[in-house]
Amino acid sequence: METAPKPGKDVPPKKDKLQTKRKKLRRYWEEEAVPTTAGASPGPPRNKKNRELRPQRPKNAHILKKSRISKKPQVPKKLREWKNPESQRSLSGAQDPFPGPAPVPVEVVQKFCRIDKSRKLPHSKAKTRSRLEVAEAEEEETSIKAARSELLLAEEPGFLEGEDGEDTAKICQADIVEAVDIASAAKHFDLNLRQFGPYRLNYSRTGRHLAFGGRRGHVAALDWVTKKLMCEINVMEAVQDIRFLHSEALLAVAQNRWLHIYDNQGIELHCIRRCDRVTRLEFLPFHFLLATASETGFLTYLDVSVGKIVAALNARAGRLSVMSQNPYNAVIHLGHSNGTVSLWSPAMKEPLAKILCHRGGVRAVAVDSTGTYMATSGLDHQLKIFDLRGTYQPLSTRTLPHGAGHLAFSQRGLLVAGMGDVVNIWAGQGKASPPSLEQPYLTHRLSGPVHGLQFCPFEDVLGVGHTGGITSMLVPGAGEPNFDGLESNPYRSRKQRQEWEVKALLEKVPAELICLDPRALAEVDVISLEQGKKEQIERLGYDPQAKAPFQPKPKQKGRSSTASLVKRKRKVMDEEHRDKVRQSLQQQHHKEAKEAKAKPTGARPSALDRFVR
Amino acid sequence: MKVKMLSRNPDNYVRETKLDLQRVPRNYDPTLHPFEVPREYVRALNATKLERVFAKPFLASLDGHRDGVNCLAKHPKNLATVLSGACDGEVRIWNLTQRNCIRTIQAHEGFVRGICTRFCGTSFFTVGDDKTVKQWKMDGPGYGDEEEPLHTILGKTVYTGIDHHWKEAVFATCGQQVDIWDEQRTNPVCSMTWGFDSISSVKFNPIETFLLGSCASDRNIVLYDMRQATPLKKVILDMRTNTICWNPMEAFIFTAANEDYNLYTFDMSALDTPVMVHMDHVSAVLDVDYSPTGKEFVSASFDKSIRIFPVDKSRSREVYHTKRMQHVICVKWTSDSKYIMCGSDEMNIRLWKANASEKLGVLTSREKAAKDYNQKLKEKFQHYPHIKRIARHRHLPKSIYSQIQEQRIMKEARRRKEVNRIKHSKPGSVPIVSEKKKHVVAVVK
Repeated sequence: METAPKPGKDVPPKKDKLQTKRKKLRRYWEEEAVPTTAGASPGPPRNKKNRELRPQRPKNAHILKKSRISKKPQVPKKLREWKNPESQRSLSGAQDPFPGPAPVPVEVVQKFCRIDKSRKLPHSKAKTRSRLEVAEAEEEETSIKAARSELLLAEEPGFLEGEDGEDTAKICQADIVEAVDIASAAKHFDLNLRQFGPYRLNYSRTGRHLAFGGRRGHVAALDWVTKKLMCEINVMEAVQDIRFLHSEALLAVAQNRWLHIYDNQGIELHCIRRCDRVTRLEFLPFHFLLATASETGFLTYLDVSVGKIVAALNARAGRLSVMSQNPYNAVIHLGHSNGTVSLWSPAMKEPLAKILCHRGGVRAVAVDSTGTYMATSGLDHQLKIFDLRGTYQPLSTRTLPHGAGHLAFSQRGLLVAGMGDVVNIWAGQGKASPPSLEQPYLTHRLSGPVHGLQFCPFEDVLGVGHTGGITSMLVPGAGEPNFDGLESNPYRSRKQRQEWEVKALLEKVPAELICLDPRALAEVDVISLEQGKKEQIERLGYDPQAKAPFQPKPKQKGRSSTASLVKRKRKVMDEEHRDKVRQSLQQQHHKEAKEAKAKPTGARPSALDRFVR
Repeated sequence: MKVKMLSRNPDNYVRETKLDLQRVPRNYDPTLHPFEVPREYVRALNATKLERVFAKPFLASLDGHRDGVNCLAKHPKNLATVLSGACDGEVRIWNLTQRNCIRTIQAHEGFVRGICTRFCGTSFFTVGDDKTVKQWKMDGPGYGDEEEPLHTILGKTVYTGIDHHWKEAVFATCGQQVDIWDEQRTNPVCSMTWGFDSISSVKFNPIETFLLGSCASDRNIVLYDMRQATPLKKVILDMRTNTICWNPMEAFIFTAANEDYNLYTFDMSALDTPVMVHMDHVSAVLDVDYSPTGKEFVSASFDKSIRIFPVDKSRSREVYHTKRMQHVICVKWTSDSKYIMCGSDEMNIRLWKANASEKLGVLTSREKAAKDYNQKLKEKFQHYPHIKRIARHRHLPKSIYSQIQEQRIMKEARRRKEVNRIKHSKPGSVPIVSEKKKHVVAVVK
């Protein structure tokens, strides 16, 4: 982040000289050794390419007016400075070295931007366009404000750095536990449960509670931070998967035959016989949908708020045992034995997309929290990361010695793969970048083969279920440091939880709205708009918005002869015609240029090319 | 090895004592708030539904008149005081907060045709069928005194309407001609006519205070300048206009309530095309009054309903009716823009909320914030079909509902015929006349 002080252009040169003589003013967090841009050139900075946004210099005057309102105490002062540089000094003679509001880095503002300015509407009315411009300006201002509010975030993310040349993957858990504070060290624990065989596990959405179910029927839920056990039962049946519903009070367990729902006391509330032979569970928290993948090849969506089955989709791909959800758009990703991953929404009978990922079957799928990257691993021992933003192309590939059986993404974009009894974690540059598969960030060997993996939300903890029980690993930098109290609050009280539950139920998103782009609802439906216009023209018999043909106004004093009227009319008509021709020519050029680009460049031009259409 | 783990101190996130407020740390990162648009949409849908649930506009009915209420007037200085004149010549002054009648005056013999208050609020004027103009004091007579007008002017013809100047001691009456009176004199300062006809209403412009508008039964609307002896210009419409009302914020805009079920908003400088044609009523529109904000107006109709129209929309946003309300003759929007009063044939004055689902009384800051947020959401998603359907849905009495259907069929038939005529004649020979231009017959200067 560039935080160099930027004195305004209006500072007179005399004062600059004085300033250079005195010791350069510095923000307290700046290091002395780093020469800032202003330090290098004491004069007012002339470069226009500074990557910072200041609300005082918007594009049009309209925003200027608004920002003036919002920054009442600062801007009038600034305006005064403009006229009279002498008044910059306060009564005591001290000069404000950082005039105006603090600059905001562009990247942070970009994060909060919601309107895609590159996308333009086709021929919209002037009124609509001006309204959109206002909305865009408002949006820009709010994103600047939101970026400013980042200053208030209290926590910093964790990290792990080796000494020069040291490989972080060689650092074992014991070393980390020894190095960190007691509270964090207590988050590393092993539950030794050898009797009930490989465990699946799930953290609640707040990251406070942990539920796990063993193959041999052992189901337990606990507050893993305080290690307080909520319930422990044996369902006397094989447990395939386990999942918390919207809060920690309800628990869905996929058992050998049917799907059961328990409360946090271990009392069976429901047995859902329409979901039979379930292998994997996923819960979509904003839609209150429990997605189940079954051995019979059905993907079933159960609305847990009303207890109805919303959709039962036949994937027509045999046994389904690989499933994950895209937290960004609530699309379910299913991995199939023919190497494809299919994307499903309850609104469609057919998959939204099918991606051929591997030569063998797909063993595991995971999607990161921004919905940008999908990691898959297959029977061909490969681990691939795909871009989900329209292209569905692999970004990076790595062949692993045994292949990964389980994958999971953390909130900050770390990727974990469980391979046999080894767990490998890869990290990227940040939240928005894919994990680089070159060098693992951390590795850990467990006492048995891995059967379930999940990063704990809002904590630097990875939960691993394996044949020997449950292991809670420390992974610095995995969790989102700053939670939102109204969304999912790990420290919420019972009252807060109840209130949140009511609010969440009130704004339950209908299942039909699940699609690949969750913002599609906010965009203009151009197709139906044009269809409606066509229908209107048909109904009325004429186009009400059509431009009336030009009718020259009669002029005074004999200049309004028929000949001159016709001449003027012809002039306008010709101009319009020329415009049309110009436009069509431009379009043609554009098309040709596109075609030329699209042609294969590698091969030499051949005589037969002329027959290519 | 350098390592840092996320380690939160619970003291920073949990309140210290039970008396404290809960701490709610916020993070506005979009990845922590997924499904922003669908969730907002659902919220908007809920807000719209709640708005319909809480839409209870009827507040009170003031009864006491012994004949149909013919005219209403607001007190210029006092929000709670309302004056009304009835068809039996009785004038009553009401207190809206207590919802009772303060004073009753037998003002005229026959109808009270018009009533208006002086701009200072100390007195008011009435005109009646007995060819008199009377000025009354706003405060009642002392104990034992008789109820008597301050002044009485005997005219030659029947006066059908009256309006007072907004700043000076001048008032205007209408009947067979428009008369401008000085309060101190018993003869009109000037009287203006254009043709021979009975003029039904006259209104002073609240901004350009020397301008007047009137409407007559020979289908025209005439504009006058008080400083000249002759009228300015007039526009002739298809059918006669019952009343006009000037926009209190835009000096040149006025709205005319017409017999052909429509209201027309005109710009004074371009009378040949109305700015907007407001249609929704299914019978003659009898009265119209602007909100003090100038953004909306309310109209009273013979179809036993009142409707609220935005100035720039051709369809009404609200319709009010009750089982007992008969033909609504007069309507007024109160000066705080929150309430609407209407006087109807069956002798009652009704008080309505201007915004049907508004909560009355003091709002807490959280209530206010929630209200503002919901308002913005409704605005943002108003064009979505599902939300639009809920927001527009109104229950109507069967008579109005069936008439709307009938008129829709008639309009459709007329339009079809028009389209067929255009289709089967030489291109360009049948001109396409827009709905706005259809109703204006001529403009005379």
